[in-house]
Amino acid sequence: MSYEPVIGLEVHVQMSTESKIFCTCSNKFGSDPNTNVCPVCLGMPGVLPVLNEKVVEYTVKAGLALNCQIRTKSVFARKNYFYPDLPKAYQISQYELPICEHGYIDIELEDGTQKRIGITRIHIEEDAGKLNHEAGCSLVDLNRTGTPLMEIVSEPDLRSAEEAKAYLTKLKTILEYVEVSDCNMEEGSMRCDANVSIRPDSNAPFGTRAEIKNVNSFRNVERAIKYEQKRQEKVLNEGGKIVQETRLFNADTGITASMRGKEDAHDYRYFPDPDLVPIVLEDKFIDGIKAWMPELPDAKRARFMSEYGLSGIDADFLVSAKSYGAYFEQAVKSHYNPKAVCNWVMGELMRRLNDKQCTIFEAGVSPENLAEIVKLIDEGKISGNIAKQVFDETAETGKKPSDIVAEKGLVQNSNEDELEAIVKQVLDANPAETERYKNGETKLQGFFMGQIMKASKGKANPAVVAPLLKKLTS
Amino acid sequence: MLGKTLKQLSESLSKKEFSSAELTQFYLDRINRYDGEICAYNYINEKVIEQAKAVDEKRAKGETLPVYAGIPMALKDLIIQKDMPATCSSKILEGFVPPFQGTAAQLLEDAGFLCLGKLSMDEFAMGSSNETAFRKKTRNPWDTTKVPGGSSGGSAASVAAGLTTFALGSDTGGSIRQPASLCGITGMKPTYGRVSRFGLIAFASSLDQIGPMTSNISDNAAVLSVIGKYDKKDSTSLNIAQDDYSKYLTGDVKGMKIGVPKEYFAEGIAADVRECVNNAIKAYEGMGCEIIEISMPHTEYAVATYYIIATAEASSNLGRYDGIRFGYRADADNLKDMFYESRSQGFGDEVKRRIMLGTYVLSAGYYDAYYIKAQKVRTLIKQDFVNAFEKVDAIICPTSPTTAFKAGEKMSDPLQMYLSDINTISLNLYGGCGLSMPCGFGADGMPVGVQLLGKYFDEGRLYNLAYAFEQQAKLPTMPEKLK
Repeated sequence: MSYEPVIGLEVHVQMSTESKIFCTCSNKFGSDPNTNVCPVCLGMPGVLPVLNEKVVEYTVKAGLALNCQIRTKSVFARKNYFYPDLPKAYQISQYELPICEHGYIDIELEDGTQKRIGITRIHIEEDAGKLNHEAGCSLVDLNRTGTPLMEIVSEPDLRSAEEAKAYLTKLKTILEYVEVSDCNMEEGSMRCDANVSIRPDSNAPFGTRAEIKNVNSFRNVERAIKYEQKRQEKVLNEGGKIVQETRLFNADTGITASMRGKEDAHDYRYFPDPDLVPIVLEDKFIDGIKAWMPELPDAKRARFMSEYGLSGIDADFLVSAKSYGAYFEQAVKSHYNPKAVCNWVMGELMRRLNDKQCTIFEAGVSPENLAEIVKLIDEGKISGNIAKQVFDETAETGKKPSDIVAEKGLVQNSNEDELEAIVKQVLDANPAETERYKNGETKLQGFFMGQIMKASKGKANPAVVAPLLKKLTS
Repeated sequence: MLGKTLKQLSESLSKKEFSSAELTQFYLDRINRYDGEICAYNYINEKVIEQAKAVDEKRAKGETLPVYAGIPMALKDLIIQKDMPATCSSKILEGFVPPFQGTAAQLLEDAGFLCLGKLSMDEFAMGSSNETAFRKKTRNPWDTTKVPGGSSGGSAASVAAGLTTFALGSDTGGSIRQPASLCGITGMKPTYGRVSRFGLIAFASSLDQIGPMTSNISDNAAVLSVIGKYDKKDSTSLNIAQDDYSKYLTGDVKGMKIGVPKEYFAEGIAADVRECVNNAIKAYEGMGCEIIEISMPHTEYAVATYYIIATAEASSNLGRYDGIRFGYRADADNLKDMFYESRSQGFGDEVKRRIMLGTYVLSAGYYDAYYIKAQKVRTLIKQDFVNAFEKVDAIICPTSPTTAFKAGEKMSDPLQMYLSDINTISLNLYGGCGLSMPCGFGADGMPVGVQLLGKYFDEGRLYNLAYAFEQQAKLPTMPEKLK
């Protein structure tokens, strides 16, 4: 028997503020253990939290970008539990009155249709520290204690591991657009828990869910959900019952294992934190953020398609990172051939990004230089092959493409007389192939073009060569 | 030196009638002589004489000094003074020396005061007799077989016995006013939000407030003028201008309307206490005040409401004492046992009782019935005060139902102990200001205190009223034998 999975995601996102949420300690990742700490984030007796206003600003930015309603009054609550990485023995979070509610994002399904995924709430909380387990002991590092987090809780609207991945990808893109987090799953700045249940068909009531914790990459979210889905199917098919529990995903083995059952669930004893006053937002504050908001991926995608005539695939690529779109538009401003610029960004430039593991603006080819390469091709001055050579050269040296072409004499040869001589020379050197080509083996055209290019040191203009080849072999 | 106000001490020091070192030594000598019996001090600052000498040197050079430069004082042991132990009189905090400065201590330091040491208290401010202290169970200077009250018992006793010029205490449900009353001194619980709580080790965050405990009204007003300052490190500190309360000490209280709430004179208030307080009311009438009988109908729910809200907050605030980063840690084989044993061995019975109570009222299934209900009743109690202050300028009532009781008398009966605060608790739930001052002596010869309650940020009016009474009553503030 087959089942439909029902998935909801809880995503914790570390905000990239300068300082921590309730003290002035640095919010930098990767410092030596216990160096970014102070009496406040260490939870010493006698200290008090003071809210970092930037945290509110960032969360409202995210909330607006995710189409949420912003609460003008929200309240911090204490979530009480004992653990060595939690110095106060409570986490300051939001419970009954979160700052953002009732949002959504639209994701693209594989068949090209769109699906709206509800966002139940976004609330602000502080991160806990980190335990490093070594042989025979556990070491506590409290640098991360007090890192501002937003927890983004989705509705149980996702129906497959692929949808979950698409949701996460979209979420990450949007959060990057509004500059609230670097969303780096590997460094833990974006963490995901998945609530998974299954049911016989889409009309059946929701099944009992398991909460899967510790999923730390996009790929693992997919793996964990798929595994959990299969596990639950097996339990039901064997006549068993799903129990409500928290399960831990193991990335090495790819399986989930029970961490604690419902009966062992914590009673967190939430209550409003008396050390903090409610966050009361004035319209002026929210309006200021609205005015600041950048163009978001969906709007940008639509504009790229209508304004530049790009395909959906091209537009999807260009909006997948805010910097790609910015780079693209800067290049197009310099030379207007959107499709060709997009191809170069998707092709050569991405190859270089992957090789160098750098950002698009750090790859060595400025948008203006890339635009110039496209322009040189469009003007018939260089061939596509030469253009790749010029691209590599400009990437390494930073020189202008037109200067490289001039210096190295790379200008394309369109002189019919000169090219005719080269074509003849190639045909003479390959009598057998020439014969077969004449007899209709047209696929040999590629072979001849290659040979001609080689003979012309890549400078032959293919547009001139093609009719010449046809003429001389007919 | 004894019996001088802070203002007089400041003048004497600047006129060089005596030095700061002499003044400080005077108090150290008295501590040496009397504290063995009174047990007020948890810790004595060994460097205080050096610090006093440094002030004297500056004075000799003619440097400009802050107004109270070189005057020693002492702090309740839950108020953070950088680099001095802060134990809250608990085993679990033994050995904890805060590496940061609290705001109240900083403001006192800025005004020139020197810290003599840290004063005993009920463990984590939970108690009304100072008997829950882990080590120093402070006794009443007027009769050392009796308790000084609590939880700021060390603060009250040290002031009454002349072991400091003044002390800071803290008041969550009466912890400044009740011991002030039992020891015959003046204690002010300022309005919630008046004095920064940064550097005050929390018992119940929505109720706690630091306040001055002094041997006269003028000193009390002077100290609050120093510490009553907005602090951005405390989100519940109110951003209003600092006041100089000395300007309210005029002696003129004519036309003031004083409310007498019948619920505060209920059964359980001892006859001698009632008589002393009634005499104070008559004195005010004689000074031209209008005495108005009022009713605060929700008063009877105050103790129950308080013990839900305060314990709920405490159960969370005291979670950090887990043996991991500071204070007492029990030996154990695993993490869970370490938490369990450290807390079992580190906390005393009363603290454990309140942690359990607070944990219970916040638990799933009980939260609405207890915590939420208590918050609703708190609103009603607040409303009683709001209604009262529409009719009157201040409220007068007994501070404590009885004079100081014998040590050990109520330790086996927590409910009886909780009732010691029946007249002080409501004010904390409301959040206004309240002052207790001596108004006479009971049948047993022990001091009786009268309480003046005021609306939010109306400390000036309370000082105005208190000073007028003090000037007329002229009561002794220290036992004869200690002079």
